[in-house]
Amino acid sequence: MDRRVAALALVLLAASAAYLLWGIGGNWRFVLGLRAGKLAGMLVVGASIGVATILFQTVSQNRILTPAIMGFDALYVLLQTALVAALGVTGFAMLPVGTKFAAEVAVMALAAMALFGLLLGRGAQDVARMILTGVILGILFRSLAGFLARVMDPNAFAIVQAESFASFSRIDGALLPWAAGAAALAVLAAFRLSSRLDVMALGRPVAVSLGLRYEAMTFATLALVAVLVSVSTALVGPVTFFGLIVSGLAHSLIASARHALLLPAAALIGGAILVIGQLVFERVLGLQSALSVVVEFVGGLFFLWLLLKGRIR
Amino acid sequence: MIRIDNVSHRIGTAPILQGIDLTLLPNSVTALIGPNGAGKSTLLNLIGRLIPLQEGRISVDGHDVTTTPSRQLAKVMAILGQTHHAGSRLRVRELVAFGRWPHHLGRPRPEDQAAVEAALVQFDLAGLAERFLDEVSGGQRQRAFLAMCIAQDTDWLLLDEPLNNLDMAHARALMARLHGLRSAGRGIVVVVHEVNYAAAWADHVVALKGGRVVAEGTPHQVLTPEVLGQLYDMEIRVTELDGRPLILHHV
Repeated sequence: MDRRVAALALVLLAASAAYLLWGIGGNWRFVLGLRAGKLAGMLVVGASIGVATILFQTVSQNRILTPAIMGFDALYVLLQTALVAALGVTGFAMLPVGTKFAAEVAVMALAAMALFGLLLGRGAQDVARMILTGVILGILFRSLAGFLARVMDPNAFAIVQAESFASFSRIDGALLPWAAGAAALAVLAAFRLSSRLDVMALGRPVAVSLGLRYEAMTFATLALVAVLVSVSTALVGPVTFFGLIVSGLAHSLIASARHALLLPAAALIGGAILVIGQLVFERVLGLQSALSVVVEFVGGLFFLWLLLKGRIR
Repeated sequence: MIRIDNVSHRIGTAPILQGIDLTLLPNSVTALIGPNGAGKSTLLNLIGRLIPLQEGRISVDGHDVTTTPSRQLAKVMAILGQTHHAGSRLRVRELVAFGRWPHHLGRPRPEDQAAVEAALVQFDLAGLAERFLDEVSGGQRQRAFLAMCIAQDTDWLLLDEPLNNLDMAHARALMARLHGLRSAGRGIVVVVHEVNYAAAWADHVVALKGGRVVAEGTPHQVLTPEVLGQLYDMEIRVTELDGRPLILHHV
């Protein structure tokens, strides 16, 4: 195992232990159970966003894009809103959590493959067009979701509203096992594909000459990204810039294009940032839900810095 | 043997290739020549399955390029396009090592590493092996891509203008190396602009113009004032040096 990845794993382990045990009071059983749930949620979300971002940057041959910038999570929010609008509050609440999530993930994967597969298949070289199309799609999905939210009744709107703002401290316990299972499968699949991802990152002409089934690989990668984005969006809501910080850190730490190292590093960094950040905010600063705001703020600044430095690719 | 049967290709409504019939033999260097827009690169990319075949059939050593799995074709032919750009930031050695990927699929064996080192030495890259691709010159980067293709160890090499960024010494060295490779049972197809390289090193020359084969044959048959004059629409003097045509196209 690579030393840097091992060190990251140790950092994450220490942060997780600190999160679980710091300032634990008399009612330790109850507190530990509560914290373990939140910790598991953060680890799943961090790993999902980290791996999804690296995968998406590989498939789009671009280091400043994240699935969120391209409107992936807006698509998920639109699906959620459409579901609430179609079924009503009670119908939505009556749905079994597991089947609902599985169906959403499947629809997400298909929609993402159809939309972004077409886009990446032909226009991948044209970065400006890619970003513009992604931003426009994101706006379209958000507007559609907003339109649905306006015509639905206020009770249903309250549900939708809760779903469409990011919060790392509000993690749905019933959904967690399903989301964790889906994320684990997708991350494992990504690890298994890491050698092929290395070849895909060389660009289409070279990858095809080396015998990679480039189009099939593009679709498979997009499907994995869709699953991972569904997981993180379902658990904490849409996060736009977090993935950018994670992939930026992973790239500068690993300093190699090998996905066998990049993917585990991104998964561990994603988890570590969330756990350490939440630790600082909850225990040191005594704040409840500001982490998502700070993460987005820092990520947004990082995005601007990348743009200004001209690191488009 | 590469067989090209009645291949036509169009981009939008513009015809790029029209009814190409060609047989390219192993154990030889075949040079594709012709003016800009003749369809040379398109033909090479069609053989190398980089663009989908629209009409006609192409087979490489009996493998139909549209139906044979890409991975199997990667052990039969390697193609290097005109633009040399790697999506990821790689060291020279890492790039060359990708040439072995079709053989080991991510688990390099000792013989793969040996092949990579041999290719690095062959292309004068051993001293640059640890440099990043964006830290070397255009010609050196091009040599790294060529070394990757050589490391792939295929019977067919398809190279699109491989001499573009190379200085005189490296250009001649590359042509000599390709000339030497063909004796090992390999076939090499190169698109060249400088016809003198075709004259000096090719066994077979195919002249394309306007998407059609205008002439093919040995350098002596194709590189004549008449054929070249018609091909490039200019008057060209041809003399002879050491039994090979010498084209004086620059005077």
